[in-house]
Amino acid sequence: MNLQYVGLNEINGPLVVLDGVEGASFDEVVDIRLDDGSARLGRVVEISGNKAVLQVFEGTNGLSLKNTRTRFMGKPMEMPLSPEILGRVFNGAGRPVDGLGDIYAEKTADINGKPLNPVSRSYPRNYIHTGISSVDALMTLIRGQKLPIFSGSGLSHNKLAVQIVRQAEIAEESGQEFAVVFAAMGVKNDVADYFRRSFEESGVLQRVAMFLNLSNDPIIERILTPRCALTAAEYLAFEKNMHILVILTDMTSYAEAVREFSSSKGEIPGRKGFPGYLYSDLASLYERAGVIKGSEGSVTQIPILTMPNDDITHPVPDLTGYITEGQIVLDRGLDQSGIYPPISVLPSLSRLMKDGIGEGYTRSDHSDVSNQLFACYAKVMDARALASVIGEDELSELDKAYIEFGKKFEKYFVSQRPDENRSIDETLDLGWNLLSLLPKSALDRVNEKVLNEKYNPNTAELFE
Amino acid sequence: MNTIFSINGPVVKVRDTKDFSMLEMVYVGEKRLIGEVIGISSEETTIQVYESTTGLKPGEPVEGSGMPMSATLGPGILTNIFDGIERPLKKLEELSGAFIAEGANVPALDTSKRFEVTVTVEVGDRLEGGQIFATCPETPVIEHRSMVPPNVCGEVVWTAKNGWYRITDKIAELKTDDGKTVTLTLAQKWPIKKSRPFKERLPISMPLVTGQRVIDTIAPIAKGGTAAVPGGFGTGKTMTQHQLAKWCDADIIVYIGCGERGNEMTQVLEEFSELVDPRTGKSLTDRTVLIANTSNMPVAAREASIYTGITLAEYYRDMGYHIAIMADSTSRWAEALREISGRLEEMPAEEGFPAYLPSRISEFYERAGYVETLSGKEGSVSIIGAVSPQGSDFSEPVTQNTKRFVRCFWALDKSLAYARHYPAINWNDSYSEYIDDLADYYGEKVSPDFLAYRQRIANILHEENKLMEIVKLIGSDVLPEDQKLVIEIARVVRVGFLQQNAYHKDDTYVPLEKQFNMMGIILELYDRCAEAVSRGVTVSAVTATGLFEKVIKMKYDIPNDKPQLFKDLAEEISKQVSVLETEVI
Repeated sequence: MNLQYVGLNEINGPLVVLDGVEGASFDEVVDIRLDDGSARLGRVVEISGNKAVLQVFEGTNGLSLKNTRTRFMGKPMEMPLSPEILGRVFNGAGRPVDGLGDIYAEKTADINGKPLNPVSRSYPRNYIHTGISSVDALMTLIRGQKLPIFSGSGLSHNKLAVQIVRQAEIAEESGQEFAVVFAAMGVKNDVADYFRRSFEESGVLQRVAMFLNLSNDPIIERILTPRCALTAAEYLAFEKNMHILVILTDMTSYAEAVREFSSSKGEIPGRKGFPGYLYSDLASLYERAGVIKGSEGSVTQIPILTMPNDDITHPVPDLTGYITEGQIVLDRGLDQSGIYPPISVLPSLSRLMKDGIGEGYTRSDHSDVSNQLFACYAKVMDARALASVIGEDELSELDKAYIEFGKKFEKYFVSQRPDENRSIDETLDLGWNLLSLLPKSALDRVNEKVLNEKYNPNTAELFE
Repeated sequence: MNTIFSINGPVVKVRDTKDFSMLEMVYVGEKRLIGEVIGISSEETTIQVYESTTGLKPGEPVEGSGMPMSATLGPGILTNIFDGIERPLKKLEELSGAFIAEGANVPALDTSKRFEVTVTVEVGDRLEGGQIFATCPETPVIEHRSMVPPNVCGEVVWTAKNGWYRITDKIAELKTDDGKTVTLTLAQKWPIKKSRPFKERLPISMPLVTGQRVIDTIAPIAKGGTAAVPGGFGTGKTMTQHQLAKWCDADIIVYIGCGERGNEMTQVLEEFSELVDPRTGKSLTDRTVLIANTSNMPVAAREASIYTGITLAEYYRDMGYHIAIMADSTSRWAEALREISGRLEEMPAEEGFPAYLPSRISEFYERAGYVETLSGKEGSVSIIGAVSPQGSDFSEPVTQNTKRFVRCFWALDKSLAYARHYPAINWNDSYSEYIDDLADYYGEKVSPDFLAYRQRIANILHEENKLMEIVKLIGSDVLPEDQKLVIEIARVVRVGFLQQNAYHKDDTYVPLEKQFNMMGIILELYDRCAEAVSRGVTVSAVTATGLFEKVIKMKYDIPNDKPQLFKDLAEEISKQVSVLETEVI
């Protein structure tokens, strides 16, 4: 339909209202041309009779009630796709911004995607080796998983994400190609550049599609950014049979954009002003990870979010945790004591790991080590809490052993160099050696046989 | 013809019409999306649409179906996986591939499959509503009993011969009192928001045995009872639900994945088809039906999924079966109510939830119960609802309102989950009001001492909880010996009894008898050690024997089918402690 509507009837934040519209459909894209020739994209968010409410992605700056011509495109927001998107840079709305011209599209796809039928999913089981001890042993990343990093401002989440990308042996045995889709939402230019440089250094830049909505880009466009990125990821994974790692940073900025948009529409706010549908909205992104039966590819997501005020009960990390299959939580205390990666082990979790580790995947004693490490480290926390009240000297022998174990665990196991790639054998053996610092009777999560085999009483000198 | 006037997300409005009735199912737009009428005023009728409304235009037709949103009930439900409005997901996959397209109208049940039907009535019989007129084996373990719809009664004037029939075939004909002829088929429809009638509620007397020690012993649920499982993310709500679905002694499991992860549904599908039901020796899927509205599927269907699930459960209850419903998670359902309510611009109550949230929650849990069915059989529906409190804060509206309407509360605890103590059910915060109702059962079927043992175990935990307050301040070294012993024994209870390994072949399901024996051993250990300690043996000497570790490991070392080994363990405890006592003297 090429009818153009001249002018607008109302402008309110990122929303504009157009009266007298015929035949507009819900969620379709509109093209708004200004008198100066510039173009903006928008989307129909509400229709009432012949009145349409439009959301303008690039913001409404400079729009007036009479300087626009609006055209309804008759279809929802779509994105051109072809294997050439790898190595390219796009803006938040999926348009190339690297000066290399438009994408020669093999097909176009609705960026909202469609819900994946649970029957068609294949349960993710293949372990991804990241070379990071705490991740591999305790919160194993599985191909097709969505495992977010819960971080705070100033913590080294970006460094960790880059290390995962660099070291992840995602496509090992199977011979499929590996690619990264990177979506930046409201992050600083430096951060995007850090990722670009890191990809370049590790030689994967030609296998990365970048979608950038930086902190000074229009906020409403930010709502499209992850959708474009995931559409590209799904296309590459399920139609081109690649293993795709998607990095979404920063989900908190994304959620704030959703909140801003919601409040401008006058919706009833829920907790902390976020709209009641934030859960569904985030789920529509996170659920676009997985493995489909009959397809060789996979989409693995590592969303990064900064917890405002390091508060894990803030709606964004809270809702994210309810949707994603675990989380990697970073801790400021560890970071301040110079430990990299500052992964707070106890609240971190990978829900899919139980089916992707052990015999045939990693090593048969993997779940024993990880359970025991978690249990013992939880005791370390109790012992530390006690020590802070009565002093370390007054602790029982066992509690002292826990304190010692805790220190060594953080220093030798959690901490590693940003370029250190530990094999799974190294990691698990390190775990056993650390556990052997404790008396054998304290290791109550392991069955006797494995314990006798792996317990190493002469371990103390290893960690001097 | 009625046409769409406005569209706002899943809410569609039609102007100036009197054609629709409340809760009527309607077809919206050219694609015939399924919707439900949720509000009528003189000016406009409000419809919530169960599918994505992208691409819908004002002016497209809206057509009424003349009946409320209903579930199709008949053989073929079991082993199936449906979406929130009872569309079979496998059929949708055949139709539209891996991604679900809108407007796919497929019948809920397979109309081409034939079942071997045995007709159980004869011409001349008088049938009341709810009476069984035919049976067929639906799966190797469940016999499907086709019933006369509850609102129909009359005399049988014709029956089909025994044989293979489809769900649309005529099986019998009734002549009602007012002379009308009613055709009976294997399938019937029932509005999902209306509970199916029964003769009367029976008192609750039987536990739903789950094989999970902390549940069966500390906070048991009864058949026909209700339980809530609240917990923040990562505390193991879903794990708990999966364990119950696998092992509880209900005949049929209805598993509702309401706004949760797609991979979890896939996991249930894959895992259950591999697992063997210990009671029947057949695959667990044979007794399971799944309703999946994953978090990225349309939100309005999320609201319906809970009702669809419970309607299916009531249908099987009416056949005389015991059903357990796992609803994971009711918070997503409440959020769907909130979202729709917001779109309708209703006045919000607490945290944006609509004011009718408590009444909706209570209506749902009230559909559980142990009843005598219209055909005189006994059946039950038990509901186990997961709750996902925002920010792990149990004071939020969904948890609080759920707490008012359930009698069993299994509070999942973050710190237990962090220490990988599973199931992470906090024994101090959890409770069950069914203990008294179940006292007779435990007394007769397990042991007269069961409840006394349970009480002593609970007392030990309570005592420990008090002592830990002191220990947190001044350390455990300063406690007197008898209190140190309490702390050691409580550790045995926590690690050896309450903690249960879902991946261990013996520990994943523990029969009541073994649970009782395990409590017996722990108490035996406590009593013997307490005696020794009173005679001057130190607690450190007792723990040095390794007895405590041995008792902790009994859950792995003593197989479920060898209860006699508990005697040996008791003797060993007695012997070793006696040795210590003689040393002191």
